[in-house]
Amino acid sequence: MFNNHILSLAIWVPILAGMLVLLVGNDNRACLTRWVSLVGGLLAFLVTLPLYTNFDTAQTAFQFQEGFHWIPAFNINYHLGVDGFSVPLVLLTSFTTVIAIIASWEVIQKGIAQYMAAFLIMSGLMIGVFTALDSILYYVFWEAMLIPMFLVIGIWGGPNRVYATIKFFLYTLLGSLLMLVAFIYLFHRTGSFSIVDYYNLPLTLNEQIYIFIAFFMAFAVKIPMWPVHTWLPDAHVEAPTAGSVVLAAIMLKLGGYSFLRFAMPIAPDASHHLSNIMIGLSLIAILYIALVALVQKDMKKLIAYSSISHMGFVTLGFFLFSQLGLEGAVVQMISHGFISAAMFLCVGVLYDRMHSRQIADYGGVANKMPMFAAFAVLFAMANSGLPGTSGFVGEFMVILASVKFDFWVAFVAATTLIFGASYTLWMIKRVFYGDVANKNVSALKDLTKREFMLLTVLALFTLGLGIYPDLITELTQTTSAQFLNHMATSKLPVAGM
Amino acid sequence: MNTIKTDLFITLPEITVLCMAMVILILDLYLSKKNRLLIYGLAQLTLFAAAYLVFTTHTPLIEFAYSNMFIDDTLSDVLKMATLIGSSVMLVYTRHYMQLRNMFSGDYYGLLLFATVGMMVMISGQNMLTIYVGLELLSLCVYAMVALDRDNPKATEAAMKYFVLGALASGMLLYGMSMIYGMTGSLDVSTIADVLVESRSHSPVLALGLVFIVAGLAFKFGAVPFHMWVPDVYQGSPTAITILIGSVPKFAGFAMAMRLLIQGLYPLVDDWQNMFLMMAVLSITIGNITAIAQTNIKRMLAYSTISHIGFLLLGLMSASLNGFASSMFYVCAYVMMSLAGFGMILVLSRKGHEAEKLDDLKGLNKRSPWTAFLMLITMFSMAGVPPTIGFYAKFAVLQSALQAGYVPVVIFAVLMAVIGAFYYLRVIKIMYFDEPESMVAIAAPLDMRLILSLNALALLLVGLMPQWLMNLSAKAILQTLQ
Repeated sequence: MFNNHILSLAIWVPILAGMLVLLVGNDNRACLTRWVSLVGGLLAFLVTLPLYTNFDTAQTAFQFQEGFHWIPAFNINYHLGVDGFSVPLVLLTSFTTVIAIIASWEVIQKGIAQYMAAFLIMSGLMIGVFTALDSILYYVFWEAMLIPMFLVIGIWGGPNRVYATIKFFLYTLLGSLLMLVAFIYLFHRTGSFSIVDYYNLPLTLNEQIYIFIAFFMAFAVKIPMWPVHTWLPDAHVEAPTAGSVVLAAIMLKLGGYSFLRFAMPIAPDASHHLSNIMIGLSLIAILYIALVALVQKDMKKLIAYSSISHMGFVTLGFFLFSQLGLEGAVVQMISHGFISAAMFLCVGVLYDRMHSRQIADYGGVANKMPMFAAFAVLFAMANSGLPGTSGFVGEFMVILASVKFDFWVAFVAATTLIFGASYTLWMIKRVFYGDVANKNVSALKDLTKREFMLLTVLALFTLGLGIYPDLITELTQTTSAQFLNHMATSKLPVAGM
Repeated sequence: MNTIKTDLFITLPEITVLCMAMVILILDLYLSKKNRLLIYGLAQLTLFAAAYLVFTTHTPLIEFAYSNMFIDDTLSDVLKMATLIGSSVMLVYTRHYMQLRNMFSGDYYGLLLFATVGMMVMISGQNMLTIYVGLELLSLCVYAMVALDRDNPKATEAAMKYFVLGALASGMLLYGMSMIYGMTGSLDVSTIADVLVESRSHSPVLALGLVFIVAGLAFKFGAVPFHMWVPDVYQGSPTAITILIGSVPKFAGFAMAMRLLIQGLYPLVDDWQNMFLMMAVLSITIGNITAIAQTNIKRMLAYSTISHIGFLLLGLMSASLNGFASSMFYVCAYVMMSLAGFGMILVLSRKGHEAEKLDDLKGLNKRSPWTAFLMLITMFSMAGVPPTIGFYAKFAVLQSALQAGYVPVVIFAVLMAVIGAFYYLRVIKIMYFDEPESMVAIAAPLDMRLILSLNALALLLVGLMPQWLMNLSAKAILQTLQ
């Protein structure tokens, strides 16, 4: 009974908790509001845990399926289910939401209830995206999720927040609406909105290419891939810390996940046909964006560009069509979820104290905040792919897979180990080492208990995943094998039919 | 043939509203200013009684009255119910506004009820004459209502403009009808269809008649290129009248399109399909792009209406059962959204202050988070963002157009919807991200706020469960066109 509704619970517990927070919370009862949100977030996280423990790693079909007819007029169903790709992402989502709530504990003083509720509701909607097996249900979650993020950046963001948030919304909407057209087209071909039905639908190469492009517009914006990445640095810089954390840790993964769920399996021939372009775009993201990151003066912008560069590995891994590359890409998504969240939290720690994100305003922070510096260096190492941290595993697997594919692809991809280290460590050097730069820095106080706890948890995950990546790969193994199997089978209509 | 008794029975709701309109006009003469509230109550009661009668006299059969002049089918019952409920909601929204501006009189309620009769007759018209009479009854009442605040020069100007252009459109419609009559020898909608199918004629007179009818219809809808009056009249009229022009009459307009073009002139579908396509694309484009430049909410909503009408026409243009049902769903969604949108402006208006500028919404989230939230839902619904009803409306229409094979048109409409999203988002930006100019509390009466909350929440709830409304539309359309 419980197993049958676990996904619905995962979606609706945080949403209802968010509504509860809106009802009971306000700025005069800040403490209560925060605790209700935290309990709601923790409850939502606990609800998702059985997905991991009860998941059958040998099964290829979707698990924990549930559903009912939602809009029979168009054969739209409320149909949920997960496979090896979605389970880790669902867990990452509910986990990150707890982190986001704790990270905003004292930072947000105005509109606490609305702020916390936005994160809880957003969490439920994002889990909806990861678990929907009906394309319209998926689409509803996908779009609805924009609304809380739009408000979070717009209300609690930095000085240029309005520009950033409207750009974020419109970029995403443009891509998604084209995806909707693709869904409707597929509906008229199959008579259903079920994703599984789409997998088995034969399509000509031309159809597949158009459909792939429509999906590409939606997902490439979200990941984001070069050249539609420009909304991300703006959104990150203006968003409050927790907003950046959710944006980097989960929202970017929605794009990656959706490639695996829609674009590639629905249009496998087009994916093979266009794979060179996709690999090219991924390499541009990895190399060119890393160089862009190198010259950033704003810490958040630097991490935002580093995110784009790391997500390049994800798309690269997808389009190599090998088990190693694919699993590497999934590991990279999860690992980036932890590392980018930690990096943004670190910037948040500094920003809360100094109200500046400019690298030039800092210097010698390690003298005043030794504990914090230790954490920051650890995450910086993970970000630049140090063996033993989770950042290494994903990138290494993808690079190995690309060596088999083509030496020069691997060569370009591997430069990230140099550039990634350069921009991250150079930032660390300028911010943390050297003499104390100015009065403000000398007045800094080290981590509070709350911050210490947050960073410790993330550090444990980063190291744990780096040392024992099987935690994730064992979930994804069967699914990725089956995925590649599906991708290898042509969907072109057989001649004469 | 029916007996007089059955004829009267079928038109009972219309007769009730008509009689009560006259009672209200007479009663108004004998009531002092203090007791005017009685008239309001009576008008509400009339609408409820009529809705009750429509509901109880509903049969699953199609009935005709007055020698096929008047039809009573599921389509008409559904649209009449919607019209009556919509009008009643509108009355709640406008009461306070009218009281504050000295317009709270029997004239308003009498005219409104006459206009309602006009809409109901249009919805049930099965003969070109009935449809025309209904349309004129509606239009004349609305012209007068726009000028109700007679010392307001802007309103007078709007009334003048509306009247001259509206009369022109009625003339065109009538001219077109006369040509169709000349070619087919009948004013009865179904006879026209039969004659056209039999004769298969494509004479220029017939085409000309069709063009005139479509032009007249497009004018009443406010579709580009017959949209010039819409922004001026929306902006110039008192908000309590703008809400009337911008909401419920669209049901009647939709019914008129169904009766005239789809029941009557369907044999000429190849001709009007292209006209509708042009008008739909132009309306969506011009409506959305021009709305961006507006600083007046009423004017912005006027252009937004034009773009919504474009989507509505897109569904009709698909010329399939699916498409007509989608259009009907769209018109229901649109009326709910526009009632909420204009209702919000009425809530924010207070004595001596018209909340007309976008800046009047500044910082609404700080003044009243709940009101801001309701407006947020309304705006996202108008922009077509799930999980609101506006999304399903756009979705239904787009899928019907795609089914009819208009892929480039659908992609174009979708791109325009992104442009449209921009100005709806700007409203949200103003409410949530800007600082308020004044912290004046919102002084709307409780009943108004309650109904507005229900109205806006319905956009969300019907969005979560759109099934019943979709089924209802599909059923009604199917029965009428069988």
